[in-house]
Amino acid sequence: MSVGTNSIGKPVSRVDGPAKVTGRAKYAAEFSAPALAYGFVVSSVVAKGRIQSIDRSAALAVPGVIEVLAHDNRPSLPSSHEKYTDQVAAPGSPFRPLYNDEILFSGQPVALVIAEEPEIARFAAGLVEIKYEAEATITELDTQIDKAFEPPEKRAPDWDPPARGDVESALSRAPTHIRKEYRTPVEHHNPMETFGSTAVWENDGRLTVYDKTQGAPNCQEYLCNVFGLTKDKVRVLSPYVGGAFGVGLRPNYQLFMAALAAIGLKRSVRVTLTRQQMFTLGYRPQTIQTLTLGAENDGRLVAVRHDAIANTSRFEDYQEPTVVWSGALYPCDDSALTSSLARLDLFTPCDMRAPGGAVGMYALESAMDELSYAVGVDPLELRLKNYSERDQNQNRPISSKALKDCYLQGAERFGWSKRRPEPRSMREGRELIGYGMATGIWSAFFVPTSARAILAPDGTMEIACATADIGTGTYTILAQIGAEMLGLPLDKVIVRIGDSDLPSAPVEGGSWTAASAGSAVMEACNGIRKELLKRASAINNSPLQGVDAADVTMVDGQIRVKSDPSRAMPLSEVMVSLKEPIRSEVSAAPDERALEEYSHYAHSAVFAEVRLDEELGMLRVARVVSAVAAGRILNPKTAKSQILGAVVGGIGMALHEETVIDHRYGRFMNHNLAEYHVPVHADVHAIDVIFVDEQEHRLNPLGVKGVGEIGIVGTAAAIANAVFHATGVRVRDLPITIDKLLELRQPTSNHAA
Amino acid sequence: MIDFDYVRANDLGDALSQITKHQAAKFIAGGTNLIDLMKEDVEQPTRLIDITELPLNEIHETQTGGLKIGALVPNSNLAYDERITQRYPLLSSAILAGASPQLRNMASTGGNLLQRTRCLYFYDTATPCNKRRPGSGCGAMEGFNRMNAILGWSNSCIAVHPSDMCVALSALEAVVHVMGPKGDRAIRSVDFHRLPGDMPEIDTNLARDEIITAIELPSEEFSRNYSYLKIRDRLSYAFALVSVAAALRIEAGAITCARIALGGVAHKPWRAPDAEQSLEGKQPSREAFVEAADIILQGAVGFDHNRFKIELARRSIVRALEQAAAGTPQSQSVKVIV
Ligand SMILES: Cc1cc2nc3c(=O)[nH]c(=O)nc-3n(C[C@H](O)[C@H](O)[C@H](O)COP(=O)(O)OP(=O)(O)OC[C@H]3O[C@@H](n4cnc5c(N)ncnc54)[C@H](O)[C@@H]3O)c2cc1C
Ligand code: SF4
Repeated sequence: MSVGTNSIGKPVSRVDGPAKVTGRAKYAAEFSAPALAYGFVVSSVVAKGRIQSIDRSAALAVPGVIEVLAHDNRPSLPSSHEKYTDQVAAPGSPFRPLYNDEILFSGQPVALVIAEEPEIARFAAGLVEIKYEAEATITELDTQIDKAFEPPEKRAPDWDPPARGDVESALSRAPTHIRKEYRTPVEHHNPMETFGSTAVWENDGRLTVYDKTQGAPNCQEYLCNVFGLTKDKVRVLSPYVGGAFGVGLRPNYQLFMAALAAIGLKRSVRVTLTRQQMFTLGYRPQTIQTLTLGAENDGRLVAVRHDAIANTSRFEDYQEPTVVWSGALYPCDDSALTSSLARLDLFTPCDMRAPGGAVGMYALESAMDELSYAVGVDPLELRLKNYSERDQNQNRPISSKALKDCYLQGAERFGWSKRRPEPRSMREGRELIGYGMATGIWSAFFVPTSARAILAPDGTMEIACATADIGTGTYTILAQIGAEMLGLPLDKVIVRIGDSDLPSAPVEGGSWTAASAGSAVMEACNGIRKELLKRASAINNSPLQGVDAADVTMVDGQIRVKSDPSRAMPLSEVMVSLKEPIRSEVSAAPDERALEEYSHYAHSAVFAEVRLDEELGMLRVARVVSAVAAGRILNPKTAKSQILGAVVGGIGMALHEETVIDHRYGRFMNHNLAEYHVPVHADVHAIDVIFVDEQEHRLNPLGVKGVGEIGIVGTAAAIANAVFHATGVRVRDLPITIDKLLELRQPTSNHAA
Repeated sequence: MIDFDYVRANDLGDALSQITKHQAAKFIAGGTNLIDLMKEDVEQPTRLIDITELPLNEIHETQTGGLKIGALVPNSNLAYDERITQRYPLLSSAILAGASPQLRNMASTGGNLLQRTRCLYFYDTATPCNKRRPGSGCGAMEGFNRMNAILGWSNSCIAVHPSDMCVALSALEAVVHVMGPKGDRAIRSVDFHRLPGDMPEIDTNLARDEIITAIELPSEEFSRNYSYLKIRDRLSYAFALVSVAAALRIEAGAITCARIALGGVAHKPWRAPDAEQSLEGKQPSREAFVEAADIILQGAVGFDHNRFKIELARRSIVRALEQAAAGTPQSQSVKVIV
């Protein structure tokens, strides 16, 4: 598509699209190297205990098998857990793969078979005889509620704001109460690309690793720490990532395995995981949440209590912001928000798209819906009555909040006014129809990030930053920012990311990449602009002499004075005088103090229509409208794709996704994509995305908040609320499956009113 | 996954001699089930005999007015063949209710009959399963058994047969033609799959060294009053919690022949002749359908996670019969249930 050089805000198609659809884009496990060997991971079949013995003779006897690495013959590794930590690690003792004979979770990698061909490695992996001494496991969160504890070390102090006011007495005074328990199950991210790492052993002892990760620098640091290498010896690249949703934030064990084998054998090694092994990585933890709301008869909140229990592993205290939203979204002087953890014999959970927000807001927004019926106030009206301009958790104003516009524009587009208030009051033919809505909120961040821009004499600019594009459109928006800043056509901007050698960036997560990498690129380009202007002014008879940088625009290949457009000069003319490329490298960081003065959130209002056959429980999400306020939208097309994908994730969360555990074996049982359900085309109908206008001036120079996660927050609640409106049945444990909907589950589960 | 040989059968005789010679050999057609099971180490054939070149991919008229479908006809071709869509729409509908377009393109008619259960424990070699390893115990009985049986199960296995196509074949009373070292034989589709009893490792009455050559549909088509209703956890690409193939012959306002087959509830497509007979001579009515459903489910017993299927099956049977009687079969593309 041809766009002018004002490309920010344009619905530009992905710049990496052609490479992806033609197969030119290479993913971690597609890189090769001379004499590449292949590793296959042997996974523990028990969930707890010890390895008694490993008999590798049959495996080693297979022609083509090079080595079988396990705890008993691996190269030396550091014992300190510290060495295995990473930028995203939860407090605790990170897992040390192949370290000793201890089994901590089902599916734990216990050996790596390395062979000349992947098929041989996989075949031989089945011949490794491992004897275990198994111990009883505990994986049922319900049985551990009384052992739940407040984690001594916080992952982020802000997530557990102190209680304010006196919630108990406010509750006792409140004329209306809601107190309900909500449950969410374990979910696995299941990106399409399974995890893989190709560790290339360079002859000089350096290691180049192509890894599926959301943070090449994070993985580089991890490898350096674990294997005692200096940074110049390790380079990690993740040029393309086939989805991740958070499971690529921490280094996963295939990276460790590939590097261990490569270092041990002094040879290049690739390790990929199977789909089944994807269920041995991090996951969204299970939660049990109790929401207590006290309100005036007109629906105004007077007390909010949100208590959440989530599971973690035995060795790390994974935490996510589950309850914080309940104290920030609606005004309420008396509130108490608590999070506690229970240890299970599972691997450590990890961040999954809107960690904490997706599940916490499901509970809060379900409870708000229940309150709307209790006080007889329309659910949308109830939100408007409880609209807040301040973040009471932090006792500070909110930098920008166009949530009201989300409510109103979303409701208008959806046709909310056609909703009849009573449950079960809308139907067509055999189908009951339900309308439900919910609010979404997610933090907006700006985190320190570096970037470099190099403008070559031929008029092309290269932008470089270590961040990743996990399918979100990072390549595209960074190119747009570069093009916009210098007035270049989009195809003159080349973006390089996903490489630990490039200017450092945090992991690609938290919806902060557009804001942070985007701001860094913008500032790097500002450096180029200044230099260009300096050079332009130096040219004989330059019309730009003596102009202030702030008074200059660069559009359509022209450098022009804003206050006097007749004074202009083609960019090409300046370039002709250049012998060397112009470079600019910056570290962009927020002014932390200024940032502290305000709270920063993206918001949304989600409206859903469900239709269901009451007798058979077959449910469809017929329509979703998601109205989002997220500051400046850099690219409405890629941004819309983020919301669409997240809404589909929200449908999955509401109706399908659940990893089931057999507590006898401490094992996830539906570990494949036939049995772990995500929505398919038939489950996804009309999704309408609105970006409401929102001016954000404080968070970062771009005015961007990020849209990677806000789309899932609130969606499950909107659907669950629509289900209640359609049927009068309130299912309080996700996913809402046919048996729960028809109340056919025996013994009746926890969702009875 | 194990090391295996791969050979291609030149003709039926070659296929049979290969399978007889190699005890641990298996035929492979579309491979959509067998390959998955091999990757999971559930099936460990040392030799794969590729039968896809055999001349078994046509559909012929039979002398008795039915159709004979070659064992290698892909599920997609079968579902969209005009003779099937016009004359046996129940079969077409059932096939289209299953799997995904990609899988149906690969899957063969014979392979569909022989697809194995999706019981989670059968698929996971870290857990016990009598079907996979006789005598190791049944992991599902006290485990996660949401997808398991409510009818015809035994103390050694509560698995269900996952096919949709076979449910329609059972209702249509198709006949499976097979060829073996001892010659040809025909097996009624209702006798093709078996109940688990104390030998759950055996799914069907086909001998190890026999090959399916064709499936024959009798002349009774049920093209007017039929429905295939499949209830599942998402609207496509999921195995049935419960499915119902209903077919009625209605003459002068009365039911003269009824066929009801259930999927997702037992180790084989479930038929209940007494329930079908209870409908004969009656006018189609909800009461009559409820009565038939009650008869079918009389002996149903569920487990911790699948008891809901009993009531769900009851409702589904009634609805499928209503759809069939009204001539408004369930659409497999429009997911609204009529
Ligand atoms: C993710 C997924 C979802 C699915 N969903 C559904 C669903 O919803 N409903 C449904 O009905 N099915 C479903 N299926 C199953 C699909 O229908 C079967 O896998 C397919 O029909 C098998 O046919 P095939 O030709 O690929 O068999 P293969 O995998 O080639 O063979 C299966 C078995 O049959 C044997 N065999 C094949 N042909 C012959 C023959 N002519 N004679 C003797 N033995 C033979 C093989 O030896 C093997 O044991 C699903 C499958 C997958 C993978
Ligand atoms: S139900 Fe059958 S297939 Fe499933 S675990 Fe039990 S024995 Fe195995």
